Amino acid sequence: MEYMTTLSSGSGFWHPLLWLTAFVVVVVLAVIIRSFGARKYKMDTEQTKPFLSGNDESDPNEIHVRAGNLYWGYLETLKGYYEKMISLHTGNPADYLLWLFGVLALVVLIGLLA
Amino acid sequence: MSFTQHTPALVVGIPLLFAFALPLLGKIHEKIRNGLAIIGMLLTSATGLYLAYQVFATGAMAYVFGAAAPDLTIPPDSGGIPIRIIFSIDAFSAFMIVIISIVGLMSTLYSLATEKLRSGQADFFALLLLLVAGVIGMVSTGDLFNLFVFLEISSLAGAALVAYRIDKGLAVEAGLKYALISTVAGLFFLLGVAILYGQYGTLNMAVIAQNIRLSRLDIIALVLIIVPMAMKCGAVPMHMWTPDAYSRAPAAITAFLVVSSQAGMYVLFRMFFTMFNLNLNTVTFGWVVIILGVLSMFIGVTMAIPQKDVKRLMAYHAVSQSGYMLLGVGVGLATLGNKELLDACGRTAMIGGIFHIMNHALYKGLLFLTAGAVIYTTGKRYLNDLGGLGHTMKYTMIFFIIGALAIAGIPPFNGFASKFMLYESVFLFNPFIAIIAIVVSILTLASFMKVFHSMFMGPKLPQFSEAKEVPASMLTAMGVLALLVVAGGIFPDIIVRNIVEPAVNALLEQSQYIGLVMGAK
Amino acid sequence: MLANVPFIAFALIAIIGLATMIMRKNIIKIILGLGLLEGAVNLFLVALGYRQDGIAPIFTNAPSTKMVLPTVQAMALTSIVIGVATMALLLSFAVFIYKKYGTLNSDSINRLKG
Repeated sequence: MEYMTTLSSGSGFWHPLLWLTAFVVVVVLAVIIRSFGARKYKMDTEQTKPFLSGNDESDPNEIHVRAGNLYWGYLETLKGYYEKMISLHTGNPADYLLWLFGVLALVVLIGLLA
Repeated sequence: MSFTQHTPALVVGIPLLFAFALPLLGKIHEKIRNGLAIIGMLLTSATGLYLAYQVFATGAMAYVFGAAAPDLTIPPDSGGIPIRIIFSIDAFSAFMIVIISIVGLMSTLYSLATEKLRSGQADFFALLLLLVAGVIGMVSTGDLFNLFVFLEISSLAGAALVAYRIDKGLAVEAGLKYALISTVAGLFFLLGVAILYGQYGTLNMAVIAQNIRLSRLDIIALVLIIVPMAMKCGAVPMHMWTPDAYSRAPAAITAFLVVSSQAGMYVLFRMFFTMFNLNLNTVTFGWVVIILGVLSMFIGVTMAIPQKDVKRLMAYHAVSQSGYMLLGVGVGLATLGNKELLDACGRTAMIGGIFHIMNHALYKGLLFLTAGAVIYTTGKRYLNDLGGLGHTMKYTMIFFIIGALAIAGIPPFNGFASKFMLYESVFLFNPFIAIIAIVVSILTLASFMKVFHSMFMGPKLPQFSEAKEVPASMLTAMGVLALLVVAGGIFPDIIVRNIVEPAVNALLEQSQYIGLVMGAK
Repeated sequence: MLANVPFIAFALIAIIGLATMIMRKNIIKIILGLGLLEGAVNLFLVALGYRQDGIAPIFTNAPSTKMVLPTVQAMALTSIVIGVATMALLLSFAVFIYKKYGTLNSDSINRLKG
């Protein structure tokens, strides 16, 4: 069974089929546990409303969390890094060329000195 | 005269033939035009896959243009020097051709639907086929000047395609930047080739590899060749054209531009391993590649997180993922001189890095196609304008989840298999770099969570109530790529053993490549 | 010394081209700088292949048998052709940018950035 051997990384191995078997077992367990839950709800009562507190559903455009609001804390913490990085990405074609020439010169130096 | 002998020429010839026939014959009727485009690409892919099968089954192939016999690399009256243009296709080239064949076919299939109602389609498909021909040529040729020609074909066709839909001038701006920097880089490449020709009097890579003396001029020539190629594969800090070009090109083109960047990476590795190998100070240059890789990984992913344009965000991830490949192969290069270290971690890191090339082309292609599908249906590309599409575009959402989990390295998708090999082997080489690689993977997952949430999750928005699932040919293209991503994750060992390991061995065994052209000694 | 003149010319033209690309702001001038660099590389190619008294390997009525394989000449020709295509493409991009943005200043061609 040559094709049942695993991917070896030198210090460990990875067997996707074993992993998949374990994954399927977990999913089956989850489904079994889920099946213990209540199956039905009563139509035309307050059970169909989204909020128990009785509030109405607002405009979907207002309750959707937009991408710009995600990771606000992360971006705020690393503000210094991002300001620097974004200011380096000037979008100016001449700067693109400068970076290319710079790296070229640097690697030539490294190559000749090494 | 049999077909099987001539596949190396046909695999470049077919797309070129169709590319030049399309603008003319496409005038007759649009069905003929679409038919030509898809048949041309199908034939190219079939030939490419068959060629790869030939190489993996029977060993590397050399193809001489214009000789009495296609395998007559050294004419009897030339004094032992190959004078004609030679295609040398070994396992690494074949590996790249497999990727190009798959992604190229899917890009064409997808374009048929997205471009349906737009103008100038004949030229569009002609340029796409030219791009495919250029990229296939880059990975199969054994001649340095020929490589330059194919490099320019792929750069020019790529830039023209980026700018094709003018998009209020924004696409032209991206195309201009791409064309400008790749042409300048191409000229440096040509200068490097000229220096090598001046010293060795030949353009054939195998002959130069055999005679290399490593003078100072050789090192300058090497750098003049590899830095443009690092630019082409989008290594930081020369990556800035990547987000511009990838975000403004049509989605299918972006998916193929990823592969065209990887052809640059192919040339980079070919130079190091086949042309110079141990003659070079491999530790220094290995670390140069590793540092480029680590910078690309880290800066790419951190720049991706605050992006608001979905394709620009994915483009920064393309930069970041290229870093993994550079890192893996860089570790291989740095350990090349040390047999023990090479066997302990270098070889595995290289297998991981090369395997990642294939995985990246598949899942990044898939992700760009799903982003294209969302833009196609909604007409919006900024994440802040999107939301709730999971209610109507279920298949696209599933394909996106598969791609996003694969790029973040979550099992059982293919990205995990290659990243797993990279992490563990790089950890043996230098634990600090391995930790950076894992952190980058976590940040990748985080930023794709953002994309997933803001595109597909949330309540159904009234402005997208009319949104429908995309046409079948787009779904097919995405579905095939998704299937391959899953298959690569569940059976990575089959792919690694049959395709990736021969490719890595072809890189490591310099003498085999020389022997292919010069005859075994 | 005299044999080195083409190489010195190559270096001069290349440096002028590079400097133009970095220091000029107008896209047309940047593209012309690229043209200079291209010309310089072609000059380098042809200068590499020059051999005193060498003739092209055409055997009919050849005055001598001191022949030179015209590889670099072929390379330079191909490179000129590629250069024409590149220039045409880049200049057509510049025309479109001028139409849509109303400027050719590279500092303003940075709507894609960050």
